Amino acid sequence: MPRPLPRFPEPDTEKFWEATKRHELTYPTCDSCSAIIFYPRQHCPQCGSDKQTWHTSRGEGTVYSYSVIRQNRNPSFKDLGAYALAWIDLDEGFRMMSNVTGVGDPTKDIKVGMRVKVQWEDQPDSELSLPLFVPA
Amino acid sequence: MASQTREAAIVGLYEYPLRKVEPGTTALRIKTDSAAKALADAGLSWKDVDGLYDAGDGGGYAGLELASYFGFKPNVIDTSATGGSSYEVQAAHAMRDIAAGKCKVALLTYGSTAHSQARAIGTGGGTGAGAPNWIGNMEDSWGQTLIANYALVAHRHMHQYGTTPEQLAEISVATRAHAVRNPEAVKAMEDLGFVGTGEVSIQDVVESRMIADPLTLLQCCMVSDGGGALVIAARDVARGCKKPPVWLLGGGEATAYPENNRDITISAAAQSAPAAFGEAGVTADELDIAMIYDSFTITVLTILEDLGFCKKGEGGAFVSGGRLRWDTPGVALNTDGGGLSSNHPGMRGLFLLLEAGRQLRGESTSQKQGAKLAVAHGNGGMLGTRHVAGTVILAAD
Repeated sequence: MPRPLPRFPEPDTEKFWEATKRHELTYPTCDSCSAIIFYPRQHCPQCGSDKQTWHTSRGEGTVYSYSVIRQNRNPSFKDLGAYALAWIDLDEGFRMMSNVTGVGDPTKDIKVGMRVKVQWEDQPDSELSLPLFVPA
Repeated sequence: MASQTREAAIVGLYEYPLRKVEPGTTALRIKTDSAAKALADAGLSWKDVDGLYDAGDGGGYAGLELASYFGFKPNVIDTSATGGSSYEVQAAHAMRDIAAGKCKVALLTYGSTAHSQARAIGTGGGTGAGAPNWIGNMEDSWGQTLIANYALVAHRHMHQYGTTPEQLAEISVATRAHAVRNPEAVKAMEDLGFVGTGEVSIQDVVESRMIADPLTLLQCCMVSDGGGALVIAARDVARGCKKPPVWLLGGGEATAYPENNRDITISAAAQSAPAAFGEAGVTADELDIAMIYDSFTITVLTILEDLGFCKKGEGGAFVSGGRLRWDTPGVALNTDGGGLSSNHPGMRGLFLLLEAGRQLRGESTSQKQGAKLAVAHGNGGMLGTRHVAGTVILAAD
């Protein structure tokens, strides 16, 4: 069973996911106070402004924390084996949740603070692509 | 020592004894049975209740369905539903409402059949069901389980402060030691099919099956049925009740959620605790009892620090050497056996207040000699992403 994918209409995150079709990891900043608005939403949570500009991330960052999941009863994940959930701090200053993959043994080869870069996982039945992270 | 006014007190309490209910038992019936027993414990009657606090766990419209089923027409209807911290938030509101003269007898109830329904609380996670929303769209694709969410905090804590798996295990060891002294907890572990129901060692905990690194099976709470009720009354009512009053001295509530650059080793307790301790006029080092939501070991470790029992990052050293046990000097943790080893039907916050009440009455199965002050701290939601904290400070008469 495929992973759950974002669903629309959902006005706050639609732009973010639209860009994944082009393999672009994007984030908005506030036109008034320059704060990064992440997760994306209509207003700036720092100052309330509704004016923002989107940027493309280089897709490189650091593992802020992670856990290797050994047991998940969700049918989309239960047969995946041990897989790593993580908070990734992107170099531009925003934090997102994702998976760290592309390592030999996720229970041993992932560390807090390790450098990672985005790797796109195209989906079988969707134009959307999932931004996963692999060692940089 | 405290300089507070003592306007409201716990006067009646009841913990539903079964963790695996008879077929056909509903959450609404658990709430109702428990309400009647808690009122009897106080020596109050059904018609004395004029404040209803309800998280909606009985079904229907929170506050309304319960009032109509009970047959109450309360003057205060509080439907605070913040998950596991609902009852600390409700108790703090009851204290405030009573002090303001809005009601005199507040009733809090809880009922759940999470075990019987085989709800996958810890290992379920985002399913991508329901209406699209901004959080689900950013989090449901990664296979996050609730346990892994808490594990994110554990790994970060270990990285930032050198906390060890053995230190986290101390929390499971202490709560199990308390559980084996509590017949209801022992029966719970038997009824839910625990492999062992005796005391456990640090090695047992560390070497139990890994669920989501670094959290092993014995660091995760059970999923049980259960419930209970709590009656909080104004000072003049409390003085006429059957049991000695347990005073509510202070309350605090706070949120925490993902932010760029947020330190996830600091929970919302860091905001709710100063409010509660400030109102109560006490500090953590004066407390005898810490009832802290032990969904997982890391929850307790983080919150002990945020409540001020030790500095941030020093929780590992603080909990070492069996320090949290009922029979060693200093504060005792979760003397009923906690969510780890007594009961966890999904929203454990009520049991934190119930056991704090029993300790301050001198009725616990792991009674701390001369216990005078306690904290009940609930954590609702998820420690690694977004949660609501509720802190309540309590004192013996």
